[in-house]
Amino acid sequence: MTIASDVVTVQVLLFARFAELLGTERLVLDLSRPASLQSVLDRLMMLPGGAGLPPRPLLARNQSQATLDTQLEDGDEVAVLPPLAGG
Amino acid sequence: MAVLRETPLDLTALIAAVTSSERGGIAAFLGLVRDHDGGHAVERLEYSAYAPMAEKECETILAEARARWPMAQVALEHRVGALAIGDAAVAIAAAAPHRDEAFAACRYVIEEVKRRVPIWKREYYADGSVGWVDPTAPGGSVPARPEVERRG
Repeated sequence: MTIASDVVTVQVLLFARFAELLGTERLVLDLSRPASLQSVLDRLMMLPGGAGLPPRPLLARNQSQATLDTQLEDGDEVAVLPPLAGG
Repeated sequence: MAVLRETPLDLTALIAAVTSSERGGIAAFLGLVRDHDGGHAVERLEYSAYAPMAEKECETILAEARARWPMAQVALEHRVGALAIGDAAVAIAAAAPHRDEAFAACRYVIEEVKRRVPIWKREYYADGSVGWVDPTAPGGSVPARPEVERRG
């Protein structure tokens, strides 16, 4: 039985090829605390198409680059970024 | 000033924005859409971005340039959306008292934009296939999922 404070709800943004793989640009995940970006990636990889994600993609938490061990708080915005191609 | 733009870039306006009487050297960079990439003939492309993070990252890069070359003034714009061959995708103007700082600041900004800013490029090839530009992939791109043509 989980109580509310043990749940970390994050919004996950997917871009470009990763949005194509998962078939969506945005989803909400409820994670159990403690939650990290690795927790998000693990969940994404279980979704249809998610197996195509690389094991160590570029990641962002609240619009700043972050790493797999970055801890998440309730309400965070998480982004999974394909290889960059600007310029 | 927002860096990402959905309308054509205006390098002349960027140069005007950084020009001042104490800056005698201006270096400008314009990146255009090529008609080929990785051996593929390219017909058109679309840039997409994680806009809030891209804007923040560009502001950080410009602040770093100001810190490294305090006398320089740099302006940057990047297109998003659908572009045709020859369209300007990125424009940079860097002004400084002398040319060394202007060239260095301009070079710094374009290299960091390519390295750090969350922008992606979907290329439509002449053979009908579609690809995501991926500098980490062999050949420089990976196939994209074809989609129903949206132009009616």
